[in-house]
Amino acid sequence: MSGQKLRLATAWLGGCSGCHMSFLDLDERLVELAEVAELVYSPIADVKEFPEAVDITLVEGAVANVDHLELAQQIRERSRIVASFGDCAVTGNVTSLRNRIPVPDLLNQVYQGGPGAIPRQSPDDPIMPALLPTVLPLHQVIEVDAFVPGCPPDPDRIWAAVRALIFGEAAPHDPHLRTFG
Amino acid sequence: MSTLQPENPSIERRIALQRVGRIDPESIDDYLAEEGFVALRQLLQSANPDSVIEAVTTAGVRGHGGAGFPTGRKWYFVAKADAPVKYVVCNADESEPGTLKDRLIMEGDPFSLIEAMIIAGFTVGATTGFIYLRGEYNLARHRLENAIRQAEAAGFLGRDILGSGIDFSLHLHSGAGAYICGEETALISSLEGYRGEPRSKPPYPTQSGLWGRPTLVNNVETLVRIPPILRHGAAWYRASGTAGSPGTQIVTLLGDVNWRGVVEVPFGISTRRLIDDVGQGVKGGALKLVQSGGSSGGIIPPEWLDLPLDFDSGRAGVVLGSGALLVCNAHRCVVDLTTVVMAFFRAESCGKCVPCRVGTVELHTLLQRLTEGRGTLRDLSLLETMGAMVKRTSFCGLGITAPNVLLDGLRHFRDEYIAHARDHRCPAAVCAMQDSAWGELPHLATVG
Amino acid sequence: MSTILLTIDDRKVHGESGETILSVARQHGIPIPTLCQLQGASTFGGCRLCLVEVEGIAHPVSACNTPIKAGQRVTTQSPALRADRQMVLELLFAERNHYCAVCVQNGDCELQSAAAQAGMDHVRCPYLSPSLPVDASHAQYVLDHNRCILCMRCVRVCAEVEGAHTWQMAGRGIEARLVADNGVPWGESTTCTSCGKCVHLCPTGALYRKGASVAEMQKKRGFLLRILEGRELGRTGEEPTDDFLVPTVEIRS
Repeated sequence: MSGQKLRLATAWLGGCSGCHMSFLDLDERLVELAEVAELVYSPIADVKEFPEAVDITLVEGAVANVDHLELAQQIRERSRIVASFGDCAVTGNVTSLRNRIPVPDLLNQVYQGGPGAIPRQSPDDPIMPALLPTVLPLHQVIEVDAFVPGCPPDPDRIWAAVRALIFGEAAPHDPHLRTFG
Repeated sequence: MSTLQPENPSIERRIALQRVGRIDPESIDDYLAEEGFVALRQLLQSANPDSVIEAVTTAGVRGHGGAGFPTGRKWYFVAKADAPVKYVVCNADESEPGTLKDRLIMEGDPFSLIEAMIIAGFTVGATTGFIYLRGEYNLARHRLENAIRQAEAAGFLGRDILGSGIDFSLHLHSGAGAYICGEETALISSLEGYRGEPRSKPPYPTQSGLWGRPTLVNNVETLVRIPPILRHGAAWYRASGTAGSPGTQIVTLLGDVNWRGVVEVPFGISTRRLIDDVGQGVKGGALKLVQSGGSSGGIIPPEWLDLPLDFDSGRAGVVLGSGALLVCNAHRCVVDLTTVVMAFFRAESCGKCVPCRVGTVELHTLLQRLTEGRGTLRDLSLLETMGAMVKRTSFCGLGITAPNVLLDGLRHFRDEYIAHARDHRCPAAVCAMQDSAWGELPHLATVG
Repeated sequence: MSTILLTIDDRKVHGESGETILSVARQHGIPIPTLCQLQGASTFGGCRLCLVEVEGIAHPVSACNTPIKAGQRVTTQSPALRADRQMVLELLFAERNHYCAVCVQNGDCELQSAAAQAGMDHVRCPYLSPSLPVDASHAQYVLDHNRCILCMRCVRVCAEVEGAHTWQMAGRGIEARLVADNGVPWGESTTCTSCGKCVHLCPTGALYRKGASVAEMQKKRGFLLRILEGRELGRTGEEPTDDFLVPTVEIRS
């Protein structure tokens, strides 16, 4: 890989990975992207640790638990530009539908009272990351430089945003490229 | 706490409160013995309603509900309006926190309000009047009901008053405890039986008010000034006060002072004199600030204590509003004060417009975060942006004034807000600075 | 009526006395965003999206209820207005649970499109995430409080056009809620004529026709037997059942 290339990362917090699926739907535009950018961290690349000196990070998903919180803060420290990628990162979206329910009630309902066998582990298990009292959109946790709404953002919208962020083109102003949902 | 002391002539001048505490408020004879209904009698004999507008205008009376609109002009607008039916409405929905002046008048001298309303009706050409009374004012309601009955029996209310051919009937209406109904168009909606929500202005009530008729809406304290002015003349009234705000005002002094209560003083007196000479000094520590004009008013910092209190002092930043002065000593936290004020507006917003309905809740939520030690500097900047936005864009006076104390607090005590937001510290040690839901979870670096 | 000349966005325009800034601007093809405004019904003025600047007035005014005046100079687009409109929309999105992705009205919503038009791409203030009910008691329609922006369009059209006065606003401030017949489930309303005016004029997904959301469709599988055996029914008094057509696989919900 050439050292000239932009260091691009994508991250997956509290979301359904639909935004990443839509990203893969860039299809042949991914080849064009690969010519100028190197994917240094992503759920679709086997990298364990979020690397240093990243140019642009697209973050999918809302901040729902302490792991998300930690990763989000790491991303901010190590990225020049952070973009909220998709409605969950931008608004909380479906991930935040649980905000009206207190966390203990939620865990009880899902793991103790819900369908199927009660899991052996307790919700307090140290392996499970603790849920935050409320799910937050990314920009209410860290500073965010750009917003790409959509559930998921369709490939054209992603491409317009990527071109703006990577190729320095003007940000898309067309209202139909920035609707929620 | 006593509400009224013997008059201290070196600082007080009682016009609106002239009979309060001196007569039996349930006896029309007591009222008659103290120049009661003299102004009305003379007016009916002269049969010259224009003279009233002239006297009120020359005296320079301005609305004591908080806005300070010239009373003579308002009366003139209604008087000249061409309509077969007009109304006079007294705004007695005194709901501004810390303001008890109208209550004292209605409890202590109810006949003076009745006389003033008959005069108003005669002047503008209305034969029906309504008193819209704050729902919680039970004693005032009892005394006004009694006074209306006695005035009717004595021929001051009803048909052909004192043989003049003039009719005037007066109705008492109790509110249901909504602050918004102190806003004149919301008051009118409520009086008509609708939800207490403000209406678009224009048309102003003077053109199209109650049931679409020209309507004079005046505050209690404004109205009761009219009979003595008619009796003694405009020059007598202008003998005290300032050029722009002649006469006197009633101040409700409360908070950290040694004497708390209601006092009537000439316009233009300084806050410092009120605190020192009437309030007998600050209690429990040094003076930190004075919140003036109730929750919708503003903050007077110590360096402004010598500015005169009048309708025009708003230019310097001192809001007189309803005449409430809440004195806070150094042990009070300005962020805590702001949070309490915002909780009030959050509860009292009628819900009609978005900035007030949601904005007051968001501002309160952000302020609460500061008091729980969970705030950030970005919260602070959002508070400032949103506070200004709510003030700029709300439908009526409630939303427009709701952020006043917050914006004044940020202006005069910014360091204290920063201590809460950045250092998670309450300098006055008032705020809890902890929050049960987030507990030991890490503070978010930025929110907003 | 007299003709009044004024300036909107540096364009000389005219209107009749008594007309509002909004109405005159629209007649001249000058767009001003609105949400609560509803042509054919009375003016409400609550959404505050139609704020414009008028020279000589310190604060912006709402175009929908401000009458035009001769010589008035009106500005409909400025950075300050853009910021105020964006924050109005942020407040609306923060107030209730407006998640476009899972809303029946996704793609045909005036709130959603107003946000995109205004360039409101994120909400800075805390989401209030209230717990609000959905009233599905009506046979044909649903009221979802989670999507309601209290624009009063339904209240106005029901009272002023249909004449039914079914809808009212109850509660104060943030607790304000749309209610039918002073607080009964919509399906129990005795005044509602089921005309559907409110549903079609609702700018968001707060009022919608049943059957529009996922897994809501209910099939009337018994109709065939009812048609074929209807004559028998009168004799036996027995209702043909849907039983034999119901799939035997039980789907757990």
